[in-house]
Amino acid sequence: MRVVRSVLLATALIGMLVSARVGAAAETVKVGLPVPLTGFVAESARDMVDGFKLYLSESGNKLGGMNVDLKVEDTEANPQNALTKMRKLVENDKVNLVVGYLLAFEGYAVRDYVHNNMVPLFLPVVAADDLTQRKRSPYIVRMIWTSSQPNHPFGKYAYEKLGYRRIATVAQDYAFGWENVGGFQKTFEEAGGQIVEKIWVPLDAADYSAFVTRIPRNVDAVYALLVGSHIPGVLRTYRDYGLKDKIPLIAGNITTDEDVLRSMGDEALGVVTSHTYAASLTRPQNVAFVNAFKNAFKRDPSYYAEAMYTAAMWLDRGIAKAGGASDALKLIDAVKSTDLQDAPRGPLKLDAYNNPIETVYIRRVVKKPDGKGMENQVIDKIDNVSQFWTYSPEEFLKQPVYSRDFPPLKK
Amino acid sequence: MTIWVTHVLNGLSFGALLFLLSSGFTLAFGLMKIINIAHGSFYMLGAYVSVSIMLATGNFAVAIGAGAFTVLIFAIVLEEVLLRRYHLRDLPQILLTMGVAFIVSRVCLIIWGGDPLVMRTPSWLSGPLIFGDFVFPKYRIFLIVAAAVVGLLLWLVLERSRIGAYVRACVDDEEMAAAMKINTRALFTGMFGFSGLLAGLGGAIGAPYIGAYPGLDFNILPLALVVVIVGGLGSLAGAAVGSVFVGIIDSLGKALFPELSYFTIFVPMIVILAIRPTGLLGRE
Repeated sequence: MRVVRSVLLATALIGMLVSARVGAAAETVKVGLPVPLTGFVAESARDMVDGFKLYLSESGNKLGGMNVDLKVEDTEANPQNALTKMRKLVENDKVNLVVGYLLAFEGYAVRDYVHNNMVPLFLPVVAADDLTQRKRSPYIVRMIWTSSQPNHPFGKYAYEKLGYRRIATVAQDYAFGWENVGGFQKTFEEAGGQIVEKIWVPLDAADYSAFVTRIPRNVDAVYALLVGSHIPGVLRTYRDYGLKDKIPLIAGNITTDEDVLRSMGDEALGVVTSHTYAASLTRPQNVAFVNAFKNAFKRDPSYYAEAMYTAAMWLDRGIAKAGGASDALKLIDAVKSTDLQDAPRGPLKLDAYNNPIETVYIRRVVKKPDGKGMENQVIDKIDNVSQFWTYSPEEFLKQPVYSRDFPPLKK
Repeated sequence: MTIWVTHVLNGLSFGALLFLLSSGFTLAFGLMKIINIAHGSFYMLGAYVSVSIMLATGNFAVAIGAGAFTVLIFAIVLEEVLLRRYHLRDLPQILLTMGVAFIVSRVCLIIWGGDPLVMRTPSWLSGPLIFGDFVFPKYRIFLIVAAAVVGLLLWLVLERSRIGAYVRACVDDEEMAAAMKINTRALFTGMFGFSGLLAGLGGAIGAPYIGAYPGLDFNILPLALVVVIVGGLGSLAGAAVGSVFVGIIDSLGKALFPELSYFTIFVPMIVILAIRPTGLLGRE
């Protein structure tokens, strides 16, 4: 059947897209910034680039006193491309350091290359747990959190402060979703609660009704962890099936991030989340950052923007301290010994495993006081949260990385 | 029990959307043998335009109409300017339409940014319909009705109207049709535009529920391909049967075997291909 074969061939051809660009050289610090500018998280990636550029525009395009030659690359939200762009930045552009990536699988895809080629990689957004745990590398520094990190305090909080006992989860079916749900489940169940069902939504799902219909109705709350275009889709479906008024919805960090609140309506109101940032934070450093971002880009910054702004600030101090960026480990040591007290989101320092210890905020989505749009109102905070929560690192690393089936459901 | 009714209705409403998406694709193929890789882009363009018009005017009917009409014009221009040079040459057509798809996706990203957009529905279509235990979104019922009406109109046009007779004549034997003084050129351009109109309509009607976001084009295109492979390429009835079949199997599959939710769309395709390579209603 020739026609069917052509169709299948055409289907296979989809997804092939190669692009190449040539960069210029100068006596400066060369910074590679690969992010998924196209694909299902394009908006968040744009916020990342804008956050980084905002810092550079404030510092006169300098990091640690050196001129910055910035190379932005599009990974197309595809792990193979994430690696291709890393090779291109290192081998063709000869960058001094790479700061970027957004998705968990992008981080995992470049991990071995970075480790073997001794490229300093700074991850201001990628949260994949194992990159600073079981698969850590001296060349990888995370500047955000592990996926499970803001969920450890949240699981306990949901049991103790919100009073929930039985929860069902609806989460994206890949490493980021598993690790978020896993962290939440661990502390929620250790506090005494029970996760009764875990529903996984594939990243290519177009229709969410089957997942929402499967949510058991006899739970105290539903925990959701979604990304990109799935967020408004699932939240609307949750409302349209009449669940919003019946079962409270709580969610993992990015599910109510400012960049998705921009395009949502009342389906997001009242959702409680835990995260290390909220654009509404009243710290003076954050107020200044938010105003500068709004002036430059005419919208609220998301945590992606804040993360990249803070990463630039951290690199600025680190490069100054190391006196340059040519020696990978010297640069990383300098960054590690730099405690940031004045980042917009709160004080930050790195632990021995190259992952930040920082404040986690519990937030609720409310209408803005001026009635135009919504924001995350901070209702509580937990200071000094590390990726290992209250466990000892050795004990914690003995358990497998959180996955689809770990921790298992209690029967 | 009600939960299974809900699952079936979920599948039926998803199938309704699949029908709007795949009917245009299968019509263009049936008449012109075009495998239009830009069909997903047509859908996405319809979705983006209608979301914007809804925001600007607040009028649901105008928004849907604008989405469908924009894609109609776009498809006609595409056929006139580019596609007609490659009549009946399937590989150049595939590569050409794929190139168009890439361009559309970049242009949409530039115009609308990367925010996932979802259309607000008018109040009479918002929220759930509740009968005791049974809860179902009103909009999905509207979707099922809309697809049924479109399907019926399509059938009437193709089977009962003069234009429909021309189209069927052209499908059977293009040269003979031309010899009978049917203007096949105009018919091709018109039908390709019409196929765009249907895709744009699907994008617009689907916008309150699937929305518009970067990457939607290549997310949705495989669904159209699966439906037409299952139903039979080039057959309108096949598109209808295939849509309902794939929609319901997908929904029930996800409910019964959540572990297999990646494959619920493709399993029926493989089974059908193995048993009937031409699809359920396809012709040899």
